[in-house]
Amino acid sequence: MSKGTLFDKVWDLHTVGTLPSGLTQLFIGLHLIHEVTSPQAFSMLKGRDLKVLFPQRTIATVDHIVPTENQARPFRDNMAEEMIQALEKNCQEHNITFYNIGSGNQGIVHVIAPELGLTQPGMTIACGDSHTSSHGAFGAIAFGIGTSQVRDVLASQTLSLSKLKVRKIEVNGNLKPGVYAKDVILHIIRTLGVKGGVGYAYEFAGTTFAQMNMEERMTVCNMAIEGGARCGYVNPDEITYDYLQNRDFAPKGADWEKALNWWQSLSSNPDAEYDDIVVFNAEAIPPTVTWGITPGQGIGVDEKIPTAAELLEEDRLIAEEAYSYMDLYPGQPIQGTKIDVCFIGSCTNGRISDLREAAKIAQGRQVAAGVKAFVVPGSERVKKEAEAEGLDKIFVKAGFEWREPGCSMCLAMNPDKLQGRQISASSSNRNFKGRQGSSSGRTLLMSPAMVATAAIKGEIADVRALL
Amino acid sequence: MVSEVKQISSQAVPLLGNDIDTDRIIPARYLKAITFDDLREGVFVDDRKALNGEHPFDQIQYQGANILIVNRNFGCGSSREHAPQALAKWGIKALIGESFAEIFFGNCVAMGIPCVTAEAEVVKQLQELVMANPQAVVTINLEKLQVEIGDLTASVVMSEGTRSAFIAGTWDACGQLVANAQQVKATAAKLPYIAWGNLAAS
Repeated sequence: MSKGTLFDKVWDLHTVGTLPSGLTQLFIGLHLIHEVTSPQAFSMLKGRDLKVLFPQRTIATVDHIVPTENQARPFRDNMAEEMIQALEKNCQEHNITFYNIGSGNQGIVHVIAPELGLTQPGMTIACGDSHTSSHGAFGAIAFGIGTSQVRDVLASQTLSLSKLKVRKIEVNGNLKPGVYAKDVILHIIRTLGVKGGVGYAYEFAGTTFAQMNMEERMTVCNMAIEGGARCGYVNPDEITYDYLQNRDFAPKGADWEKALNWWQSLSSNPDAEYDDIVVFNAEAIPPTVTWGITPGQGIGVDEKIPTAAELLEEDRLIAEEAYSYMDLYPGQPIQGTKIDVCFIGSCTNGRISDLREAAKIAQGRQVAAGVKAFVVPGSERVKKEAEAEGLDKIFVKAGFEWREPGCSMCLAMNPDKLQGRQISASSSNRNFKGRQGSSSGRTLLMSPAMVATAAIKGEIADVRALL
Repeated sequence: MVSEVKQISSQAVPLLGNDIDTDRIIPARYLKAITFDDLREGVFVDDRKALNGEHPFDQIQYQGANILIVNRNFGCGSSREHAPQALAKWGIKALIGESFAEIFFGNCVAMGIPCVTAEAEVVKQLQELVMANPQAVVTINLEKLQVEIGDLTASVVMSEGTRSAFIAGTWDACGQLVANAQQVKATAAKLPYIAWGNLAAS
């Protein structure tokens, strides 16, 4: 049992009590909702004649279904229009703040909450979206929930949960040029597996994370769930506080000083006890690309797709399935794999620093003939900032399309979809079968800079050659 | 709303494979709706098309089964409750597996669908027994934490809190959580951040 970690402290502070079942009733400090997983929850509330207990602690935006080309209302897709209308109506009825398209604050829920300063250290944060783990970058305990649990949070601002174990994942050293936060988390998942984190919260510690900016930490925590860990977090530090100071919802004045003291007290104690500790060396992490149908099927860009014999026995069945689905062969180098579509965006890598890194690669170069490449900023603020820096012009000049913010082709609930067996280089988080909108479409996950490299070369290539 | 879940007896459907994600259970295009009503047709739809009638959910011998037997890390990926909702619409009332993804497991609990785990060998044995005799009745007993099929009895695992919630019929926690509103407000009042920033002003 862990002791003295940030996870333990935040858990204890938010514990309302023990339910008769023995499960913990946990207070949720910030509840984020969007159009896909909330409408049924509001219907359930109505069915039970319940009200929203703390309407001021739920914040809504629209992200999954929004078109990234023509956002004029009504949306051309009737179902998408019905979903946004349901959210508008539910927020209005229950007095919930809603950042709609055009508000200046709309965007992917996991991008906007941090940029508004809603996400803060020491909070518990829940959202009907598995990538809620992103908010752990601030030293919050943040996790995804299903729709019935969205109902529970709306009705009671709490959840019935059992406590997780805590695994410390320590990464030390400097990342080599061309290696990004995305590579770090892909490498961790490659090593520990997609189920390695089941039952755990991941504490990301060590000098590598200490040097990362907040956006890089968000990328890492975002994909904790892909490693099976429902939440991942980094202890808050000066980088966290600097990011938060003066943001819209960050505490101000005397509250800021109080907040700093409180936040500092929440970090894991030097003598904290963990259920497990794993250590990595940052210098050994290569630019990483997935070749298969789970985020754990990743290899260094210089490596070859593993043969079944090179894998653990328990990983062979899904590897065989992946060779066949991806039409890639064991022993084949991943470099040189031809690409049809390049997608830069998502809650994993749709922030300003991601776009800057991709733009560095795109600048002065051209997208390869026959490749469709597009950039989807994570939020209206990210888009505005990128345009102020001229990143949009760099992308457009290089042959990328520059789009409106949303989740886009990460999960393809909007018009952005792969067609047929197209293969994409994607800065998103999931390479599951059919994930990007075509039941036979294929996805290779990598850092935004590697996606930009793939766009320029028309195939998987090493970003280090273009730095 | 709340009912006791102590034992489930039914034919079972085996689904082999590790890391079957919720995008495969229900593709995102089926999430474009404001109700869960029409999910049945979407359950494993792409896998089923690819297997052309050979997917267990299409095979005649498994129609009517209420227990799904899966392998490792079932339900990983997206938090979409649409996944267990779609399984339930097909007829699934309980799952046995080597392991379940955390959010999927929680969604199943909230819907009154127990997911019990067993050793890989036991799961394999159960899947083989069901494939050999699809008519066989599988019984999951949550009080004894056992699964039975024919002459085979094996132990299964479920964390104590969740197990007692099923047995007591309190797996739908909403009512209990709401009933504790006073304690909830007291807990909130002790958290410093509740008073900071204009989020609290409304």
